[in-house]
Amino acid sequence: MCNTCGCNITPGNRTHAYKPVNGVTAVSVLQNLLAKNDDQAAHNRRHFDQHQVLAINFMSSPGSGKTALLEASIDALKNEFRIGVIEGDLETENDAERIRAKGVPAHQITTGSACHLDAHMVHDALHHFPLAGLDILFIENVGNLVCPASFDLGQHRNVTLLSVTEGDDKPAKYPVMFRAADAVLLTKSDLLQVLDDFDPERAESYVRKLASTAPVLQLSARKGLGMEAWLHWLRNELAQQRARLAGGATARPKVQPEGVALHA
Amino acid sequence: MHELSVCQALIAQVEQIAAQHAAQGVKSVHLRLGPLSGVEPQLLQDAYPMACAGSVAAGSVLLIDLAPLKVKCQTCGAETQASPNRLLCGQCGDYHTQVVSGDEMLLMSVELIQGAA
Ligand SMILES: Nc1nc2c(ncn2[C@@H]2O[C@H](COP(=O)(O)OP(=O)(O)OP(=O)(O)O)[C@@H](O)[C@H]2O)c(=O)[nH]1
Ligand SMILES: [Mg+2]
Ligand SMILES: [Zn+2]
Ligand SMILES: [Zn+2]
Repeated sequence: MCNTCGCNITPGNRTHAYKPVNGVTAVSVLQNLLAKNDDQAAHNRRHFDQHQVLAINFMSSPGSGKTALLEASIDALKNEFRIGVIEGDLETENDAERIRAKGVPAHQITTGSACHLDAHMVHDALHHFPLAGLDILFIENVGNLVCPASFDLGQHRNVTLLSVTEGDDKPAKYPVMFRAADAVLLTKSDLLQVLDDFDPERAESYVRKLASTAPVLQLSARKGLGMEAWLHWLRNELAQQRARLAGGATARPKVQPEGVALHA
Repeated sequence: MHELSVCQALIAQVEQIAAQHAAQGVKSVHLRLGPLSGVEPQLLQDAYPMACAGSVAAGSVLLIDLAPLKVKCQTCGAETQASPNRLLCGQCGDYHTQVVSGDEMLLMSVELIQGAA
């Protein structure tokens, strides 16, 4: 696919050398540590935009219900949108097989035991994955509340899931992850009735303390509870992204992994 | 942990800079990290010697400056100190704030060793 797009990325080079002292030269750099990943992510985003695909990154702890929500969302939307899924479960093909069983294309990224996806892995996956004709691409990140938040993949929006069995203080314990969310989903809400210590309002108040205005939605993929608000969010994001693309613009997640602007 | 991947990205960047300046070695590498960068300074320090072994940066010192966490309030305009899980305005308590310092993960500078200078 990249014969046409020119995949050779040239990171902007802003290094500046000072006078050598005793054979030692100090070079001022002022570059993001993950500049290469960020360049690749920007490139991925251009691929998505060329194909008018809305890319959504799903992040959560292991087992919070990412794949289950993808399955339920596909069931609800498959006559409305064309959906594709990139799976980051690095050990098995299980999640991709669950998605394929729904009649939706899924690609499994198999890169050993990495604790997060990065933009290069997603780009490699795109070479096996036709974006043409898709409306929404979901990327299920590796189950981990720490590492995935630091790597931009080129997605337009981040969705962070928190299952009600994990405790309502997770946003306070993992601020980098929850701050990065454009939407926070409190999953497995069918279990709320048997758990007396998860307070959805408290979970939301921890999210607000991170200066986040992201919607906090409760749902159960298993029991089909609260799905409408989530599907509404998704339809709305797709409509907004199409409008942006028509005007020559695109979107990035609200909070970037590490403040893209270099406020010196 | 992702600190090793971050470290490898860092070394790749340093190698590139060293090559551009035809350096023989690297004396020090200077970073600036904020508490919201998602990277633990200590884990990065621990990963560093392994990541730079065999590269032009082998034997160099990793220096990390910690950036303070500050937010600017969109409601009252105040700029105040914050903590990672409490990014509210220190003045009026509003949550419509923006992090102005503390989420950075920057390679600030590199000291290169040049052979016959
Ligand atoms: N009660 C209940 N269980 C759920 C719900 N959603 C998922 N589960 C269960 O939670 C477990 C994990 O669900 P998955 O969808 O595989 O979670 P995941 O986040 O994709 O997991 P990893 O990919 O391994 O990180 C499974 O046993 C699901 O059946 C829900 O809405 N309610
Ligand atoms: Mg899964
Ligand atoms: Zn490409
Ligand atoms: Zn204020």
